[in-house]
Amino acid sequence: MDELTKVVRDYVIREYLEEGDDREITETTPLISGGIVDSFSMVSLRRFLEKKYSIHIPDDAATPQAFDTVKSIVALVRRFQNAELKSA
Amino acid sequence: MAFTDAARNGYRADLEAIKAAGLFKEERLIHSPQWSEIEVEFPAGAKLKKCINICANNYLGLSSHPDVLAAAHAGLDTRGYGMSSVRFICGTQDIHRELENRLTEFLGTEDTLLFPSCMDANAGFFEACLNEQDVMIADRLVHASIVDGMRLCKAMQDTYKHSDMGHLEDKLREHQDKRFRMIITDGVFSMDGDMAKLAEIVALAETYNAMVFVDDSHATGFIGRTGRGTHEHCGVFGKIDVITTTLGKALGGASGGCVSGRWELVELCRQRARPYLFSNALAPVIVAGALKVMDLITASTDRRDKLEWNTRYWRGLLTGSGFDVKQGESPIVPVMLYHAKLAQDFARDLFEEGIYAVGFFFPVVPKGQARIRTQLSAAHEKSHLDAAIAAFKKVGAKHGILGLDKKELMAKFAA
Repeated sequence: MDELTKVVRDYVIREYLEEGDDREITETTPLISGGIVDSFSMVSLRRFLEKKYSIHIPDDAATPQAFDTVKSIVALVRRFQNAELKSA
Repeated sequence: MAFTDAARNGYRADLEAIKAAGLFKEERLIHSPQWSEIEVEFPAGAKLKKCINICANNYLGLSSHPDVLAAAHAGLDTRGYGMSSVRFICGTQDIHRELENRLTEFLGTEDTLLFPSCMDANAGFFEACLNEQDVMIADRLVHASIVDGMRLCKAMQDTYKHSDMGHLEDKLREHQDKRFRMIITDGVFSMDGDMAKLAEIVALAETYNAMVFVDDSHATGFIGRTGRGTHEHCGVFGKIDVITTTLGKALGGASGGCVSGRWELVELCRQRARPYLFSNALAPVIVAGALKVMDLITASTDRRDKLEWNTRYWRGLLTGSGFDVKQGESPIVPVMLYHAKLAQDFARDLFEEGIYAVGFFFPVVPKGQARIRTQLSAAHEKSHLDAAIAAFKKVGAKHGILGLDKKELMAKFAA
């Protein structure tokens, strides 16, 4: 598992799973559509990613689909990391 | 015509999908006043069936109380039917202000402002009082109306794991750079019936310089020794900055809600809250009924005491019969079934036995957390609860769920 994927997965487990919840969170576990996290609570993840990776995720990209799995979240971060590099 | 065949077919497909997922809700028609026993027509056209109602927010049994009805009638006669105005134009009567003052005294705050509903109070409060320099930190199980209200506000949004004080403290520490921090919670959580740890929340608020907002809709009138609410129960009466609550549950059950709290915050709502500025004033008949409710609940704690007894008795009956029940002290007692179709079938079978209760499933509760949410009332007699448990046991046996724990229930009815 690459570093970015690990960071995202660890954050999701730490921030969203209640104590005693031993569900496995893989790269493709549906988080929002699977009822593990609601879209309202995802705001903290978005803020965490923007701060940690010095990116800005516009509202129209921060959709429930984009935040539904660890894999899709990683893709989102990479997309806006590249955008930041291109505009630099 | 804008409503084309394509639009019609698209929406019908959405509705069919809801049905196919077992998530479709149907109303039942009640032909009697709200009470512990009601007459129900279901399905449409069926003969009326007398049922014991075990799912109303009629906690104190005041929804059809003769004294409340008489006061409402008098209110119609002396103050008319409707105000035809928002409050600040020509929609404020003396009785509106009188009710606000009564609520202020009852809740232990500095001022109160009535709204058409607590949903409106929650929708209007945050936008009126917080801005982009501030942060709202909400428990993850707050009521949907609070989520909607927070979304309307430009302040930063954050959440903490349900009732997890350690996680809340982390968030408070994280947001010390904000102008104002507001901790947001229900007093009694509407789906699980558990109570917020208000004493710990207030202590954290004092340590980290935050305000506290509590929606006490499922507590006002009956939680706490004199029914003031969760803050009384938790020993922090007078220490909550904002309380929103409803007149649509224990306090008469008609409609109406309020924001009650620090004078400055309430006054800002009066100046800026959109539901207050743009929605019709609460009808005089409702205000008059609510004033009588305030008289009744401040004169005696008999009703909240009876509710407390009914709650303990009902919880004991359910647990003793082998149902998986969310533990707690409030008169919201969820019977956990986890599976949406099972909850629907169970509710339908209960109805056949003369018990009115409704299955709760996604999106009202999270997926996989379906339940029958039972609610006690001071209008219930012991005989009602004995009849209800007999029905629950019969239906529970029919579905083979008695004595099963969460894992076993989920495994038995896995899709």
